[in-house]
Amino acid sequence: MSLLPWTIYLSLAGALLALAGGRRSAGTARWVALLTAAGAWILTLLAATRFVPGPGLQTLVDASWIPSMGVRYHLAADGISLTLLVLTGIAATAGVLFSWNIEERTGEFFALFLVLVAGVYGVFLSADALVLFIFYEVAIVPKYFLIANWGSTNREYGAMKLALYSFAGSSMVLAGLLWAYAVGGGHGFGFADLAQATAGLSRHQQIAVFALVFFGFATLAGIFPLHTWAPTGHVAAPTAASMLLAGVVMKLGAYGCLRVALPLSPVGFAYWQAPIAWLAVVGIVYAGLVALMQEDLKFVIGYSSVSHMGFVLLGLAAANLQAVSGAVLQMFSHGVIAGLLFAVVGRMVYDRTHTRKLADLRAMPLYRLLPFAAAVFVVAGVASMGLPGFSGFPAELTILIGAWKRDPAWAAVAALGVLVAAAFTLRAIQLGFFGSKETAQQPAPVGAADHPLQFEPVSAAEKIGALLLIGATVLIGLRPDLLLDWINPALQSPLLQAALKAGTP
Amino acid sequence: MSSIPVLSLVIFVPWIGALVLASLPRLGERASRVLALAFSLSTIALAIACLGSFECASTGYQFVERHNWIGALNVHYHLGLDGLSLLLVLLTGLLSPASLLASWRRVRDPRFFGLLFLLLQGAALGVFLALDFFHWFIFWELSLIPAYFLIKLWGGSGAARAAYQFVIYTIGGSAFLLLGFVAIFAATGTLDFVQLASLGADGTLGARLATLGSFWPQAVFLGVFLGFAVKVPLFPFHTWLPPAYAEAPTGVSMFLTGVMSKMGVYGFLRLLWPLFPGPLHAAAVPLLWFALGGAVLGAFAAMRQTDLKRMIAYSSVNHVSYCLLALFAVSAATGRSGLTSEAAAAALSGALLQMFNHGLSAGALFYCAGVLETRAGGRRGLGDFGGVQSAAPVFAGLCGIAMFSSLGLPGLNGFIGEFLIFRGVWGLVPWAAAVACLGLFATAFFLLTFWQRVFHGPRAGAAAGEFADLAGLDLAVLCPPVALMFILGVLPQILTRLFNPLITMWANHLSLP
Repeated sequence: MSLLPWTIYLSLAGALLALAGGRRSAGTARWVALLTAAGAWILTLLAATRFVPGPGLQTLVDASWIPSMGVRYHLAADGISLTLLVLTGIAATAGVLFSWNIEERTGEFFALFLVLVAGVYGVFLSADALVLFIFYEVAIVPKYFLIANWGSTNREYGAMKLALYSFAGSSMVLAGLLWAYAVGGGHGFGFADLAQATAGLSRHQQIAVFALVFFGFATLAGIFPLHTWAPTGHVAAPTAASMLLAGVVMKLGAYGCLRVALPLSPVGFAYWQAPIAWLAVVGIVYAGLVALMQEDLKFVIGYSSVSHMGFVLLGLAAANLQAVSGAVLQMFSHGVIAGLLFAVVGRMVYDRTHTRKLADLRAMPLYRLLPFAAAVFVVAGVASMGLPGFSGFPAELTILIGAWKRDPAWAAVAALGVLVAAAFTLRAIQLGFFGSKETAQQPAPVGAADHPLQFEPVSAAEKIGALLLIGATVLIGLRPDLLLDWINPALQSPLLQAALKAGTP
Repeated sequence: MSSIPVLSLVIFVPWIGALVLASLPRLGERASRVLALAFSLSTIALAIACLGSFECASTGYQFVERHNWIGALNVHYHLGLDGLSLLLVLLTGLLSPASLLASWRRVRDPRFFGLLFLLLQGAALGVFLALDFFHWFIFWELSLIPAYFLIKLWGGSGAARAAYQFVIYTIGGSAFLLLGFVAIFAATGTLDFVQLASLGADGTLGARLATLGSFWPQAVFLGVFLGFAVKVPLFPFHTWLPPAYAEAPTGVSMFLTGVMSKMGVYGFLRLLWPLFPGPLHAAAVPLLWFALGGAVLGAFAAMRQTDLKRMIAYSSVNHVSYCLLALFAVSAATGRSGLTSEAAAAALSGALLQMFNHGLSAGALFYCAGVLETRAGGRRGLGDFGGVQSAAPVFAGLCGIAMFSSLGLPGLNGFIGEFLIFRGVWGLVPWAAAVACLGLFATAFFLLTFWQRVFHGPRAGAAAGEFADLAGLDLAVLCPPVALMFILGVLPQILTRLFNPLITMWANHLSLP
């Protein structure tokens, strides 16, 4: 367990090395990045083997940092953090593998990527709200540069929109946290301290504090209607960044909601519970319907992420053991599946075909030209639909069970979202990969008539990355208890229990 | 019982076959076909091995495998075999190799075809053997994916649309089914079919669901019902079926109608009826009308078709509706004074026999339509043929037997099933039996039209020129089901003895909670 903080330091060191290595050759930077990402992932797995599930955070480092403000450099982990740390390790490793073809300023690219990863690890390990907030900000900056420099379609707009939403969300969080901190007399930013301080406020004030912190974090989790940054940002990002953004960074928001916002004020949560749940289910269905309408394959995936994150928020809002454990499971599951989908669309397809328009792809068709990409997309799509046998199923099942216990109407509308997900995923599979030449509504891409389309074959790095992610989703699909056995004890901690109790009528 | 996990083998050997095919990308066409067929034959071999030690007199589950799986959701890996499952495993075992043989030379890329087909076969077997919702639903849903690609990639010109419609409809139904089981788990904390059945029998399940409000037991029943009704399909949820069956390649149509439609009926018998005896009884009269709608309108719709595959597809709607008619009639009569358990037993054994018989006859008929289609270079209209009998007498003979089995000629297997259903339904709900007779007449009418237009008269259309009779491969597909039609027509007890004790138990324990 004590290895876990080294994931942050290792990633930061790797970032420096990659920057230095990038001056010598792109290859050095790649290998440094891969070894760093894989090394950090192995650290999380090693820690997992020695992890004894239990209620409450298990302290890893606790040192005084800014004594005058009571800020402590306090890192700790429980089953929830561990689940997300392992996810970060997988997503980062796969992300490096899918960026193997980056030739332009390779060193800087991987340096920024690893700083982002370090920030993410930091958020999941923080046991002090201010430390968490700082790591959270550390993660925002590299996102912007990754998209603005290495992105594709409309990248300046996408990067700016994403950064602005992130900063707006985080300033709401900061305002809420400072309010609670000030009320508590400035003793510290520990989660329990803040919760205790907030309890002294009047009911209306508690409702306001909770709203600031929760919706601040929820913006980053893509809650409807504050989700519009997500599809544009994810589409504009380079592949590895989309994978990490959709796969892990959106989880930062959801994690913040669970770890900071819910315990902060049970009273506020009880007030906001039903509105949050309704926003979540509306988001599930609405984003799914929007995904059904898209003409750009990457936008389909972008909106599907919003739809799937709706399940996470629904699970948090339903606030019982099943729903919340399902929400954490869904965070993991969506991290893996969204990573896989973005990898296929961004790396395997777009880097070769230079188009993501469904109409163009339909005329190719890709299942003949890139059979491996088509097969991976089918598996990822099926997993994303929530079909049993893949990780999305136990996650959505537990969320639905939990939501049903709280209010059957939530579960019923969310189940409609499962149907919409099937529709847009199948449509993407069918149009994007299994079209036929005859169905082309417009002339085939330039030059296609003269010589048949030829793409470079899928590389070994891509294959390994894809198999890694598929393996993870199948493993958790068949053995969700591996993660649930970590998550469930963590939900027994007094702080979370108080929040869950507030959400139970 | 035995140390060998037979049932796991039944399910997973086809999947292992799929893996083997997947891992040999350079395998030749012929070797791929042979390998797929060999793995596909494992089912019937294992089923026959099971028959040897299957205790027919017992009504419980046999060859049970039960292991802990996911503690947090109280999920166990639970498999079991009773008469009903065994019947369907046998049917799958018979039809799967036949479907593969039916696609023997006609499909491109036989390795990929075989791979998907074996996945489908394993998933169907899993549905018939799993006794816990968690993995039962894995099999139930995963069967759609290979079916989707089999229809889409090897089907006719409208296949893409038909496949999409098929999957979306079925997943739509499954979403309600899933939601129903979410509610059931939330209320009971278990997903084990055996435990749920006992909770359903004594009314605990309904009472627990009702704690949220008296409306919920009915709503949950409706959700589970929709999932199965789309799969069967029950009228009016059948609109996906004719395009899907008509556009699918022949071998896949055979499997879809023979086995996949039985997954839905199985769901009704294994889950909906035991779990919700009360709501099913309450809804039985409207449901009887749905089943009658399928039986009568399906037959009339078949009469109006000019495309032979669509005609057989509609006749499948008609035939499968009889199975549900029997079940709904039993449920409608449950609790009524003077209910005779003989009538209920007759209806239920008829329904089970009909499942098996329809698998044989519809599979054979789809194959015959496929033969006509290939010989005619892709045409399969009723008016595209004439006088096939004189051109291909053996084919005409075998196809004729399948047709007469399908319309229920005494002496062939179809008769026994339909006779028992009518005898049972007549004793339980006489008016339903009377209405259903209309379906019988219409079936006779369209099958005889088929026979006359295609096989009789002077040679015309595609049969005017050269029209080859059946080759060895065709005989290998058609002879086993046709032989069984005769054998089961005379000796139905070969099958009925497998499930009679089960039926007797069901019929003697009809009660409402």
